[in-house]
Amino acid sequence: MPTVSMTVNGQPAAGEVEGRTLLVEFLREHLRLTGTHVGCDTSQCGACVVHVNGKSVKSCTMLAAQADGAEVTTIEGLATNGELHPMQAAFKEHHGLQCGFCTPGMVMSAVDLLNTNANPSEREIREWLEGNICRCTGYNNIVKAIQAAAGQTGG
Amino acid sequence: MTEGTGIGARVRRTEDNRFLTGKGRYTDDINRIGQAYACFLRSPHAHAKIDGIDTGAAKNAPGVIAVLTGDDVAADGLGGIPCGFSPTGTQAPQNAPPRPALVQGKACFVGDLVAMVIADNLNQAKDAVELIQVDYQELPANVDPAKATDPSTPRIHEAAENNLVAEWGIGDKEAADQAFAQAHHVTKLDLINNRQIPNAMEPRCSIGEHDEANESYTLYTTSQNPHVTRLLLAAFVMQIPEHKLRVVSPDVGGGFGSKIPHYPEEALVTWSAKKVGRPVKWTADRSESFLSDTHGRDHVTRAELALDENGKFLALRVHTAASLGAYLSTFGALSTTYLYGTVLSGPYVIPAIHCGVTIVFTNTAPIDAERGAGRPEATYLVERLVENAAREMGIDRADIRRRNFIPADAFPYQTPVVLAYDSGNYDPILDMALKSADYAGFEARSADAKSRGKLRGIGFSTYIEACGIAPSNVAGAIGAGIGLYESAEIRFAVTGAVSVHTGSHSHGQGHETTFAQIVVDRLGVPFDNVEIVHGDTARVQWGHGTYGSRSLAVGGSAIAVACDKAIAKGKKVAAHLLEASAADIEFKDGNFTVSGTDKSKSFGEIIGAAMVPHNFPLDEMEPGLDQRAFYDPKNFTFPAGCHICEVEIDPDTGRVAVVNWTAVDDFGKIVNPMIVEGQIHGGIAHGIGQALLENCVYDPETGQLVTGSYMDYCMPRADDLPNFNLGFTETLCPHNPLGVKGCGEAGAIAAPPALINAVTDAIGVDIDMPATPEKVWRALQSRAQAAE
Repeated sequence: MPTVSMTVNGQPAAGEVEGRTLLVEFLREHLRLTGTHVGCDTSQCGACVVHVNGKSVKSCTMLAAQADGAEVTTIEGLATNGELHPMQAAFKEHHGLQCGFCTPGMVMSAVDLLNTNANPSEREIREWLEGNICRCTGYNNIVKAIQAAAGQTGG
Repeated sequence: MTEGTGIGARVRRTEDNRFLTGKGRYTDDINRIGQAYACFLRSPHAHAKIDGIDTGAAKNAPGVIAVLTGDDVAADGLGGIPCGFSPTGTQAPQNAPPRPALVQGKACFVGDLVAMVIADNLNQAKDAVELIQVDYQELPANVDPAKATDPSTPRIHEAAENNLVAEWGIGDKEAADQAFAQAHHVTKLDLINNRQIPNAMEPRCSIGEHDEANESYTLYTTSQNPHVTRLLLAAFVMQIPEHKLRVVSPDVGGGFGSKIPHYPEEALVTWSAKKVGRPVKWTADRSESFLSDTHGRDHVTRAELALDENGKFLALRVHTAASLGAYLSTFGALSTTYLYGTVLSGPYVIPAIHCGVTIVFTNTAPIDAERGAGRPEATYLVERLVENAAREMGIDRADIRRRNFIPADAFPYQTPVVLAYDSGNYDPILDMALKSADYAGFEARSADAKSRGKLRGIGFSTYIEACGIAPSNVAGAIGAGIGLYESAEIRFAVTGAVSVHTGSHSHGQGHETTFAQIVVDRLGVPFDNVEIVHGDTARVQWGHGTYGSRSLAVGGSAIAVACDKAIAKGKKVAAHLLEASAADIEFKDGNFTVSGTDKSKSFGEIIGAAMVPHNFPLDEMEPGLDQRAFYDPKNFTFPAGCHICEVEIDPDTGRVAVVNWTAVDDFGKIVNPMIVEGQIHGGIAHGIGQALLENCVYDPETGQLVTGSYMDYCMPRADDLPNFNLGFTETLCPHNPLGVKGCGEAGAIAAPPALINAVTDAIGVDIDMPATPEKVWRALQSRAQAAE
């Protein structure tokens, strides 16, 4: 079996995997980083979004082997020294999560949005989130949380 | 109280930190030492006789530990998956064919369980499933509830002639017929309540484990009600005493009804764990969720409303054909009978009502509760009839409702369909909604839309909900196999920590926060001292779980009662310590005080005195302060509200845009407004999904699930929805200790008719859900052709 090695949340990680192993399987089953979730099998729901070399990626749609040598950040790597990342804090403050299952992917996706577009309009936020499905919140408070994290008020 | 951490405060959620940092513990996050992996072979046919299963190649495949079929299930005497509800009010007892955990000789829907492979790793199990050879003899299938009882439709079960589960009825048919005979106007509607797939974002997952030393089992599973699952699995399937089975449902990623039932996969991983001597884990992929989670709705209905010349309602007649899928699920016909027919009076005086339901089997996944469960179906037909009647009679849609509302001074109000509403005040709800939605300005907005080439429509829904399920004597009288009280236990630690063990289950509702607020409010202890424990039959004495918007009204009330018992005992302890009579002790803001004095003990001091009873009336009382409560509600609760939807439709494409949504709801006392708003948002989104986007489709010829992925089944995305404009009124529930009513399902109940009424208003033609661009465009074309 091939060996893959990458940096995950700043730490070196390596393992022997079958060629068909998906990045999300490597994270969940090999590294036991279970914060990244699997909600579908057609790359639609976005529960598995992580950052690969700084860009949001659906980790169910990428082989572990494709991430060989990459810098990967998962939801577990977002907070620093026990302090929530501003996006995490905004989701909490604005009740942008309920059951929490879509949340890791939603937060990782939202962080990439603001990295890409620091001051998105409501329409741009809603369109960006097209690849992240939430069944609980109706998105109302997720949008508010992202607006707040972008420093927008009155959202 | 809006500051602080008690009732009424917008307390940020305790559970959020772990969810936001990836530290949640969902069932699939659990891995047991030595666990093996299960994968299921599911029937590719909607209806097929099975003449043989060749498991030889699969058994010899790498890593395979066992391949199990219906023969193994039968040989071990495993009981069938039980149905816990048998409705009264039927012409004959319901037909309840057996459902073996793995099929025996016949598959009845696409996704039915044919065989189970257990292997060292998941890929090996998946690969081996491909090697099983099944000799299927395909049979004709039916997926249409309206056709199920036709003599020409193939019979699914020997035990169900004409594919009938039961014929059920409620109300007074003769009185309704008489009222229709004398009516000034009758509004008729044929409608479909479209089949839905609940789609909690966390797929189902179950891990079974057997402890040889104690001859006991543990099941980790994605359940909304672990104790009920334990009861069904232990008593009926495994046939072992309940104390030999522990069921743990840790963090659960949404339920929406689909995680109420006890499923065959739960039984199979538990049973097989002993057979293979290792923990057995199964996680559904999304395709399996689509095929095998319980679905919702699926009604074909004719409904008629009789009115007098002033637009006053005289009578309502309803007949529905409702599918329960291929087998009876845990709550079986509950959603199609008593949770449906009993709310047909809505918020209105309707002197005569009759509803008949033909409940049938079809070659589809089993149907059970989905958010709202029966009440959305009832509200949908009533509110569409009301709005159409207003249009037909030239009465304003707000006025017709006002003319027919149950007056505020008429409560308690006995409807003609069993329920007695405890409280309500509907006019202020409507007033607030009209103002908030700027109803008066609609014509101007409509004209503006027209100038932009758009069709603008407005639609109302004034709903009633019966929730806080349910008084146990009522549950028994309608055919439930369980009571529906809730349990709470409050335990105190020497240092002042308070653990509350609740039989409610949180899968997104935020109980760890809301329930702690109740304890803070009741006992005056610091919020951070309170821990809420749920979801484990080994830690919680008993529970009926969470569904039917019952957690706060029933589970929360149980917690309040347990707190009150602790206060009552605390008064006796305080009386001893303060050398006063217990009758003279007052409890307020966390302090026990001798009336009219400054002699006082805090709740924390009383806990300490009770747990370390050095100075304690040991000859009168036991040490300790722990209490338990079993709260049985005296009635359902009856939240009500008015939702107003505005849409704009592009006539060239038929695309419907939801541009405004106003919701005014009365949930009684609100414990955490932030969480309640979130529940409403999610409920409305669910309802908009049903009305605009979501449709479960089976191929009418082959019975294949056409909408079996997120590519085909359209879930609401962020860019499909508007922001929601919310308001609240407050009429307290008079019969529970908190005055609360419940809010989890309201949005899903209220939203579909508001949206379809708005679309109908815009295009001038009746339309069935979901109002897809194609359907709307075709409706507009047919109207244009008819006008030519």
